[in-house]
Amino acid sequence: MTEFKMPSLGSDMEAGTLVEWLIKPGDRVKRGDIVAVVETQKGAIDVEIFETGVVEQILVPVGETVPVGAVLAIIRTAEEAAAPPAPEPPPSPPAPSTEPSAAAAGAGRARISPAARKRAAELGINLAGVTGSGPGGAVTLDDVEHAAKAARPPADRQAAMRQAIAAAMARSKREIPHYYLGATIDLSRAMAWLQAENERRPITERLLPAALLLKAVALALRQVPELNGFWLDGGFQPSPSAHVGVAISLRGGGLVNPALHDADRRSLGDLMAGLRDLVQRARTGSLRSSEMSDATITVTNLGEQGVDVVYGVIYPPQVALVGFGRIGERAWPVNGRIEPRLTVAATLAADHRASDGHRGGLLLTAVDRLLQEPEKL
Amino acid sequence: MNREQLKETVLRILGSIAPDVDLAAVEPDVEFRDQFDFDSMDFLNFAIGLHKELKIDIPEIDYPKLGALNGCLAYLEQALARRSP
Repeated sequence: MTEFKMPSLGSDMEAGTLVEWLIKPGDRVKRGDIVAVVETQKGAIDVEIFETGVVEQILVPVGETVPVGAVLAIIRTAEEAAAPPAPEPPPSPPAPSTEPSAAAAGAGRARISPAARKRAAELGINLAGVTGSGPGGAVTLDDVEHAAKAARPPADRQAAMRQAIAAAMARSKREIPHYYLGATIDLSRAMAWLQAENERRPITERLLPAALLLKAVALALRQVPELNGFWLDGGFQPSPSAHVGVAISLRGGGLVNPALHDADRRSLGDLMAGLRDLVQRARTGSLRSSEMSDATITVTNLGEQGVDVVYGVIYPPQVALVGFGRIGERAWPVNGRIEPRLTVAATLAADHRASDGHRGGLLLTAVDRLLQEPEKL
Repeated sequence: MNREQLKETVLRILGSIAPDVDLAAVEPDVEFRDQFDFDSMDFLNFAIGLHKELKIDIPEIDYPKLGALNGCLAYLEQALARRSP
């Protein structure tokens, strides 16, 4: 048996509301299947499962808000399922658990669980007015979430997302000693190559400059692995994969940064298709849980509306963010003369706990070098 | 396809990319980018939408001509006329 838990879809998430189950007891599931839809502050997310097996029991009913880590369902893993014949699924869904198990962890001692206290502070909820449902009347995270919902019209997604961004960014600036580096990169070769490439590509497979920039960053990370991973529990945990988070602004405001998985190993065409898909799903609210939780670095591209340089804020627990400004013609010295060249300002905001400026500089240098040979990307 | 039908098609594709836009109030000569926060990804999807719907090829070099409603309609009329002589 294995427990399928409410995943953390970003460091700023503490709870999620089960909106829809796509499985029922008796169903076979395999690793990567989307099994549920969870509503978070950043919108509705498709949640994937990481086990292969048979659904034994569903523990959290639709509509319930549970904290990260709460058990949502029980899965009989593939090996267990293979041994005895699968029993008939129960005729009716099991009675929902009346109380989310993890919410009250430790709350028996205190009247208000630490998570609930923290959440209440973030949401601006007065705890005096919240009735506790935990052991001994303790106020749980769930109670706070309910109180917050009651205090806020459910339609107010915008405000909820603002809160989520506020929490993550405040934590970033509070905890992460940022250092910042910048370099101007000559993109004339890359853009000329891109133009020629797009002339021969059918319209549905054309590339945007962003695909080149993302690939260059993903490849450059191989040379500076201390910028790719998470700062967790007082130490740096490097990631073997380059899952590049893409900062995507949503129409009408707000921001998500879902991950393009294994960006360093994908072709430009594949990366571009992935990016198009990601942007579209981000803007229609159907991102997947793995995309929301496992970006190992973020790339933000703010040049579209004319921004020259980006000074980024790291998305914790990541340790670096690469920003690109506007790609445009600028004066560029070549052999003692000034030429107009297409250039871009690349910047790095990095966590000084995990890396030093010298290593950060190597990343930008590597990005520059990679972009001078676009055909190899 | 007459101009009115073409306009309807273009606005429908626009609406699928930017659902928040009031299609009745689109300024015909103002660039989409300046009018409703269209970025290059939106623009690419717009071009792909036109390509799929109208079965015309749009070279990347022509993208700037699609940037505002009136220019876009004029370009598409020409492209459609070229396609079916």
